[in-house]
Amino acid sequence: MTEPLLFELSSPGRTGCRLPDLDVPESVLPEDLLRDELPLPELSEREIVQHFSRLSQLNFGVDTGFYPLGSCTMKYNPKMHEDVARYAGFIQIHPWQNELTVQGALQLMYELQEYLAEITGLPAVSLQPVAGAHGELTGMLIIRAYHQSRGDEGRVTVLVPDSAHGTNPASAAMCGYKVVTVPSDARGNIDVEELDRLMDESVAGLMLTNPNTLGLFEEHILQIEEIVHGAGGLIYCDGANMNALLGVARPGELGTDVLHLNLHKTFSTPHGGGGPGGGGTAVTEELSAFLPVPVVARRGPDEAAASGAEYYLDYDRSLSIGPVGGFYGNFGVMVKAYAYLRSLGERGLREVSENAVLNANYLLTQIKGYYDLPYERSCLHECVFSGKAQAKLGVHTLDIAKRLIDLGFHPPTVYFPLIVDEALMIEPTETESLETLDAFVAAMRQIAGEAETEPDTVRGAPQTTPVGRLDEVAAARKPDLRWQVARNVTE
Amino acid sequence: MSSYIPNTDTDRAKMLETLGINSVEELFEIVPAQKRYPQLDLPDPLSEMEVKRLLQALAEKNSDLNHHPCFLGAGSYHHFVPSVVDHIASRGEFYTAYTPYQPEVSQGTLTSIYEFQSMVCALTGMDAANASMYDGATAMAEAGLMAARVTHRYKLLVASSIHSTYRRVLRTYTQGIGMEIQEIGRAEDGVVDTSQAEQLLDDGTAALLVQHPNFLGGLEDLALLSELAHSVGALLVVCADPISLGLLKAPGDLGADIVVGEGQCLGSPPSYGGPYVGLFACRQKYLRQIPGRLVGMATDAEGRRGFVLTLQPREQHIRREKATSNICTNEALVALAAGTYLAVMGRQGLRQVAELCYHKAHYAAEAIAALPGYERLGGRFFKEFVIRTPVPASEVNDQLWGHGIIGGYELAKDYPDLAQCLLFCVTEMNTRQDIDRLVEALTEIGEER
Repeated sequence: MTEPLLFELSSPGRTGCRLPDLDVPESVLPEDLLRDELPLPELSEREIVQHFSRLSQLNFGVDTGFYPLGSCTMKYNPKMHEDVARYAGFIQIHPWQNELTVQGALQLMYELQEYLAEITGLPAVSLQPVAGAHGELTGMLIIRAYHQSRGDEGRVTVLVPDSAHGTNPASAAMCGYKVVTVPSDARGNIDVEELDRLMDESVAGLMLTNPNTLGLFEEHILQIEEIVHGAGGLIYCDGANMNALLGVARPGELGTDVLHLNLHKTFSTPHGGGGPGGGGTAVTEELSAFLPVPVVARRGPDEAAASGAEYYLDYDRSLSIGPVGGFYGNFGVMVKAYAYLRSLGERGLREVSENAVLNANYLLTQIKGYYDLPYERSCLHECVFSGKAQAKLGVHTLDIAKRLIDLGFHPPTVYFPLIVDEALMIEPTETESLETLDAFVAAMRQIAGEAETEPDTVRGAPQTTPVGRLDEVAAARKPDLRWQVARNVTE
Repeated sequence: MSSYIPNTDTDRAKMLETLGINSVEELFEIVPAQKRYPQLDLPDPLSEMEVKRLLQALAEKNSDLNHHPCFLGAGSYHHFVPSVVDHIASRGEFYTAYTPYQPEVSQGTLTSIYEFQSMVCALTGMDAANASMYDGATAMAEAGLMAARVTHRYKLLVASSIHSTYRRVLRTYTQGIGMEIQEIGRAEDGVVDTSQAEQLLDDGTAALLVQHPNFLGGLEDLALLSELAHSVGALLVVCADPISLGLLKAPGDLGADIVVGEGQCLGSPPSYGGPYVGLFACRQKYLRQIPGRLVGMATDAEGRRGFVLTLQPREQHIRREKATSNICTNEALVALAAGTYLAVMGRQGLRQVAELCYHKAHYAAEAIAALPGYERLGGRFFKEFVIRTPVPASEVNDQLWGHGIIGGYELAKDYPDLAQCLLFCVTEMNTRQDIDRLVEALTEIGEER
């Protein structure tokens, strides 16, 4: 079953909203600037609700079932978050309102900055970035500005491990850096010898993910710090995997100079089908001068009494890289992260990471033996298998992923990290029950069996979805990216 | 244990036994011992009821637009959001999904993005639109970067009548790769000084960037500007207010090559600045240089229609440092809200919203300009206009607040020549009564002078 498009459901003369009548005299419209036609669909409210409700049913979300998408931390999203984020005092406030009239919002942002600083061990935080990659861009521009402020102009390269998220090299390139890849060693760590060899005064810094995308903690983290800092570089940490370390370790105490957090991952603000996110970026005291403006700040009691506003937007930073977005970040997302942190507290945060890591290791142990495990170590929040044994039987990782759909699960992240052949990257998170994990293990084992006994079942998957595998090659060859009325007529 | 974690002590014991270890702590022994388990100074955990009370109290410390007539715009707009929009965006199947990497279980998100792209194209008159950018400001910055990729030129000409934060974000985004940015001044009536534009445009110019209606509310002559840009081989980038496009000609029909905009006004509340959604659309011939995600139509082996992420080799997860942008997570749910809004309003409704804004803004502007001591600056406008006030603008705003009214945007911080000027915005949310109250209050303020 597929759902017709809005345009196919449209019927001239329908409308989904009745607006009030004009209550002022009409003015003269600028006739020469007016458009002749507005080719938007015409539907009644009832049809629109039905259409989007049906569309939603074609989606798999965390609310629907197990979503072990590695690196994405698809944990349960508390319903309370949705309610509190919609309080009128949060959504019906304008970003240019006088600070005196939005003290509640500023206080929330200020306190969230403080909590994130405490969790990361990095004292200065900007909540302005709205996504992980946005935080990376912000962080790398900060690193660039830092070197420039010292007259250290020769640092033109950024080192990025071969296991890094694709956004890391792309973000470094957007800052004008040349990207040099650092290989991994046999245990899945950064190759420290190679890092040492590459690290010199032409290098601005290292972009590190810890735990890395193999779900492994960098065993030589303190040595890495010495090497990079020793050569005058800075360490950027991609905090996408912070769900492994809450209350366990603070990146700021492990040599990190700049780190972004994904509020939509670790702090469960949900993903929204691809955003809105929150990419709050934390830095050392030394780098705080370079943060994007404005930063939410707090006045001392005397000053606050004088101005009337305890919390305020601080634009007064001469070394700032400048703003990275139109306003102050995704405030609605911040409200949810704040609610989450107030619900959990220190103990709750540590429980998150402990259970996330326990669940991941449980899956690792139970799936091992059925799929190839490229790095024989216990993992942190996620584990990465290879489907290369199955590939020899003609069943590829993509087939395994699609078969999991038929068995009721969202597939793991596949073909990433790039350093693992036929990778299957599995992140269970802390919010799944043992029963769910066992059911997933059973499905993975079943598919491993099917790869040997009935490979066509796996290769033919999925069978239970509204559409089968779509021809992406044809779609890219002749892209059809929008509905065109003309085409409809000719067909 | 928190209510979001199902593991019981029994479950944990069973898992530990399976792992052959005695405690969870053993799994973290890899973390350097001296750095392990820091004390975190965080507030004690609260129950759901307590968290809600706490957040309600914080929310109530803010003065919201439900209780105060608001005449602020300047990049964030207070428009009516029909109930349908948030009900759709509140469906768990939508908001708890990830980026639609597995199309067979993501047709809901993918179809809605295809519809969003289609409607953005319809509004802007462009051939292709992406699945969204972070906001209007970053969309404009990415348009500047894209123009450089298309033209292999590294100078951007930016109208000073563009939103000042947008111009600053453009500088932030381009500081690393070293593009040259020149600003073009404003003519008498507040729009782009076209003779200066003509002077500064040269064969090293990647693009001319303008906003329409511009930051000061004025309507630019896009046809002329596109002619000027194209005559030196530069692109015309237009940042447009999508509500205005319910009424005004599509920038694509006037020669724009890339159209960007802030989509918040399409179904999202002001939310203290975010989440918003950047609109990004371009002509077909530049498609391979577009940043961000694209959804395209596809078919399966049985000929059934579906939708997939397409042209992915432009993107960071494949191209890494050679990608067109680093963007990954975008604003999908806000785009869904925008798509729902456009469907709800439809062909007639969006035009009606635009007309309501236009007429009410003109009613307000005329009434204020008629007051002694007040003067309207600029030429033709849509829903925002500049007023020179008889007393300093901040004083006017303070006094308006005394009447319970949220006044206009103080322009002095962006335009020294517009000291003592306010930018007022009027939308369909402002009733005649609100406007009359504003005019009355301004009268009093003027008289007290």
